[in-house]
Amino acid sequence: MSRRASINELKSVVYPVRSAEQLSLARRAVLEWATRLEFSLVDRTKFVTAASELARNAWVHGKGGEMTMTQLERDGLTGLRLVFADHGPGIENIGLALTDGFSSAGSMGKGLGGAKRLVNEFDIRSEPGRGTNVTVIQWKRR
Amino acid sequence: MDQIPILKLGNVLLVTIQVELHDQLAMTLQDDLTHKLSKTQARGVLIDISALEIVDSFIGRSLAHIAGIARVMDATTVLVGMRPAVAITLVELGMSLTGIRTALNVEKGMQLLRESMDEQESFHQ
Amino acid sequence: MAQKDTGMAAILKGNETAILREWVKQQMVHGGARGQGEAETETQSREFLNTFSSAVQHSYDEDLSGERWDDVRSTLGALSKERAISGSSPSQTATFVFSLKKPLFDALRRTYSDDARRLNEETWLASSVIDKLGLVTMEAYQKGREQVISRQQQELLDLSTPVIKLWDGIVAVPLIGTLDSERTQVVMESLLEAIVDNEATVAIIDITGVPTVDTLVAQHLLKAVAAARLMGADCIISGIRPQIAQTIVHLGVDLGDVITKATLADALRIALAKRELTVIAASRRAA
Repeated sequence: MSRRASINELKSVVYPVRSAEQLSLARRAVLEWATRLEFSLVDRTKFVTAASELARNAWVHGKGGEMTMTQLERDGLTGLRLVFADHGPGIENIGLALTDGFSSAGSMGKGLGGAKRLVNEFDIRSEPGRGTNVTVIQWKRR
Repeated sequence: MDQIPILKLGNVLLVTIQVELHDQLAMTLQDDLTHKLSKTQARGVLIDISALEIVDSFIGRSLAHIAGIARVMDATTVLVGMRPAVAITLVELGMSLTGIRTALNVEKGMQLLRESMDEQESFHQ
Repeated sequence: MAQKDTGMAAILKGNETAILREWVKQQMVHGGARGQGEAETETQSREFLNTFSSAVQHSYDEDLSGERWDDVRSTLGALSKERAISGSSPSQTATFVFSLKKPLFDALRRTYSDDARRLNEETWLASSVIDKLGLVTMEAYQKGREQVISRQQQELLDLSTPVIKLWDGIVAVPLIGTLDSERTQVVMESLLEAIVDNEATVAIIDITGVPTVDTLVAQHLLKAVAAARLMGADCIISGIRPQIAQTIVHLGVDLGDVITKATLADALRIALAKRELTVIAASRRAA
């Protein structure tokens, strides 16, 4: 029986994203963690930028929500995971939302599709009327 | 509340963004710039973002707005000091800010502005 | 069917030194790890045998379950991976655990010389256990090799994208090989760094060495161009072979307003012009 590497969750902190100030705080926290974990400059810049996009989405389109940041470990690799959860209107057509240029309120244009390209792993679940959950993971290169 | 300083250097307005450009600040900056452009009749705007580690789509759009406002008020905008990691990220995001001219640093940016303003002068004549 | 005070558990407890000695001898005969002497082999073998013996004392059956057997697997795994990275062959690595069979079988034969049935059962069990551990060895070895390969790939990637300063303010990147998304990242990072270091305002990307240009490759090229532009440098793409030109038009690829030239020389001419420089023949100066 072969054993697949499992993901270990280490530290985990929750940040509300319901105001511009909280957005700044959350973004700064992600930058701090990514710096402390010694991600490469480009990987860190991409990840924090993705976090900024998703936090803004949760605030502006999701009517406010929260970001849960967790440090991960798998097979000797360090990773950082962010889960953005809101109870807003949700997204009708996720596929469409992920293509660039899609814009519901004029400003979601580059957000989702762009964020997806900036991270290693991306997952989104949304139910119209219930809310949206976006998970992104960045693994530190060996 | 903090404000982003706008300096007048000859007939160029120098905007140095050193803090996170959150929503309120972005709007204040746009208002501020519009007023100063009108008051000073400046023909060039130099935006220095060398201190920014992160530029997301919101900041990108704000910069594009500023350039748009300047253009309407007959001034050229040059964006300087973008960090390599930021450039790579913006391109991946899909924001190539094609409407704005760019230069490596303030010195080169001023040179570019001078050339473009000279061009405009001779054109008007 | 673990029988703690007889069987393998007892044999190991009573004969560990002799088994170790015989085992090390077997390894040296059949080729131990690359670049490793007898002393080191003995140390590794002793450590493993301790862990193995401890696990056997605790539970000995074909399942190999439990924390002690986990320790055995991880010790073996680490050792195999290390051998993979240091260049040992698969056989050399597998020999470590497989050569343990002979000393164990010999000990079993001595102990059960009168009990053929028991000898059979115990030999079968020992063989299965060692075989299972052999598989652990191979999987860990494989992982080790993959790590070596990925490191070499990274080095190759880094080496194959040098950025050259052609003149003041003009840099060039000769691309060789396919341009995938990972390569594009490396190219962008090197190119932008060179633009900063050289205060370049013109960057020439030469694609003579890129075999095919399809829509994806074109997208990657355009990304690099866009990134350079954000740093104040204009890009010129050179090395457009006739077939490439045909493919680009055929596929409907839109290169926007990027300047393209057939040769690096043509691109250099344009670059110099952009820098407001001209090249004059030396003979003219004399006049």
